[in-house]
Amino acid sequence: MEKRVKFKGWRLPMLLLLPQLVVTVVFFFYPAGQAVWQSMFISDPFGLKSQFVGLGNFEFLLADKFYRASFITTAIFSGLTTLVSMGAALYLAVLADRLIKGSGAYRTLLIWPYAVAPAVAGVLWLFMFNSRVGVVTWYLGLMGYDWNHVLNDNEAMGLVVVASSWGRISYNFLFFLAGLQAIPKSVIEAAAIDGAQFWTRFRTIVFPLLSPTTFFLLVVNIVYAFFETFGVIHTITSGGPQQATTILVYKVFSDGFVGQDLGSSAAQSVILLVIVGALTIFQFKFIERRVHY
Amino acid sequence: MATIKLGNLKKSFGKTEVIHGIDIDIDEGEFIVIVGPSGCGKSTMLRMVAGLETITSGEVQINGARVNELEPMDRNIAMVFQNYALYPHMCVFDNMAYGLKIAKMPKPEIAERVRAVAEMLELEEYLQRRPRELSGGQRQRVAMGRAIVRKPDVFLFDEPLSNLDAKLRVQMRLEIKELQRSLAVTTLYVTHDQVEAMTLADRMIVMNDGIADQIGAPLDVYENPATAFVAGFIGSPATNFFGADELTVSQNKALTAALNDAERAALDQPATMIGIRPEHLQICEPNGACLTLTVNYSEALGAETLIHGKLPKGTAITIRQNGRLPLPEGGQELSAVWSEHSVMVFEQNGRRV
Repeated sequence: MEKRVKFKGWRLPMLLLLPQLVVTVVFFFYPAGQAVWQSMFISDPFGLKSQFVGLGNFEFLLADKFYRASFITTAIFSGLTTLVSMGAALYLAVLADRLIKGSGAYRTLLIWPYAVAPAVAGVLWLFMFNSRVGVVTWYLGLMGYDWNHVLNDNEAMGLVVVASSWGRISYNFLFFLAGLQAIPKSVIEAAAIDGAQFWTRFRTIVFPLLSPTTFFLLVVNIVYAFFETFGVIHTITSGGPQQATTILVYKVFSDGFVGQDLGSSAAQSVILLVIVGALTIFQFKFIERRVHY
Repeated sequence: MATIKLGNLKKSFGKTEVIHGIDIDIDEGEFIVIVGPSGCGKSTMLRMVAGLETITSGEVQINGARVNELEPMDRNIAMVFQNYALYPHMCVFDNMAYGLKIAKMPKPEIAERVRAVAEMLELEEYLQRRPRELSGGQRQRVAMGRAIVRKPDVFLFDEPLSNLDAKLRVQMRLEIKELQRSLAVTTLYVTHDQVEAMTLADRMIVMNDGIADQIGAPLDVYENPATAFVAGFIGSPATNFFGADELTVSQNKALTAALNDAERAALDQPATMIGIRPEHLQICEPNGACLTLTVNYSEALGAETLIHGKLPKGTAITIRQNGRLPLPEGGQELSAVWSEHSVMVFEQNGRRV
């Protein structure tokens, strides 16, 4: 039986909904509308006057090889970030789930990185991997590896992926751990009696039962990698070397605020909005059906 | 089929010992019910046999071989859990075939075995359904099917009927009994329900606080309880307990006449308790009375009538009478007499004299 509260009149429900509506309108609909509006103009370098160009900005963007390259960069970056952060989180959650003694402390420590702001996390990793004073760089040097993410594309990508994933592991860990603990112990025991070793149990019982959590995290993490990693990339590589770590969201910033091409920047935001919207709809429509049992 | 032997089996969690040494030899095909109130250690004991709990000390033997160190999968047992523990993301067929697939049995053979068991349990129509699309009784059957299909040496049941409604429980109880008879697989069955224990067991282990108070055939345990706990736990309504000082002088004489020498000697100890089952008391005329009680209320159940009352000192007492009789009213004085050889005497520590 569904429990529903029935309101008389519409004042109270409106009042209760208002805070969320205000936030959504002010911070989402208004900027999104502005972006759509601006994407149809080009402005002069000083921002003094602008000219209506219709879909010109979009046409220009889709023909731009740098923009297309940024698509591929974004795909690689978000794919790797999601994979690393979810993979590491799942591994740690499985270990923590088996832990009996000291699990509280272990969990608390694992959750801490989530409290570090992305930009701060970026600076932290930057210091460790700085090509001149970085501690990790120094150790790598001792082992004969010359680390320099300022020059090397792959190293730069690796570093931003690791830095973006790091704080995210905590978040994913929490969800995975909760998901694991929601699996009835007796089901695992039944599988053990049926003869399944740890890895078989994980593959055939635990992972399938965890799939709703995994799916949810997949959506959330991809959206995270698309948007919220700006701070990390800005502090570590600023999109470089050349364009090697310029993901779409970073390009919105660098074209708009550094390159002062507000029209193109706005058009990119609109494209990004459409992509993420489509991605989310796709995931919910096609994948979600399969993960619920 | 297998024999099981538990030798001085003990379990501690940290410093707390919860099972204080259980000894039993179980024959091939025997149906053993472990019965006791919650927290008495009966499930822990079963889980030690299954290999889901470590054994603190003592030994579990299956077919004469020590299995303490073996993983659950290497003991050739099958277990039915209270919540059934079905794999929710698999259909009934896959649930039953899971263990066989892991054992790398050829597919046609798996299909054949599952089909045979499904037929036995009347589950053929449901093989493609998920557990959540089944009723409680059907899930229970699937859980049993999963156990049977592997042809194990030992069945372990952990309160398998507790999640079913009363009617279904009676039906499944009979089915379990029949299945066990026809398959003749040695079975350990844990329950807190003394009716299940009485009806299913070849022998039962009555557990009390980590100790096996009594091991024996159901009727022997009922007729001859070894401790006050067993007398109180087995049989419904529960045995009446009272002190000898609640009887009048003449009643005491009648009591001592019914006892043997050891029992008579024990009566002199102040904390000695007398136990009489409600069904061994008969309402009688005041002059031949062994007990006098004040009625609180009566329950007419049709086939039997329960009379709840108090002895002069306030100890609650229940009498069970067959058939209908004029219901005594509250406050009425009644006299009762016990049938011969039905009086039990228990020492202060609960042991039967």
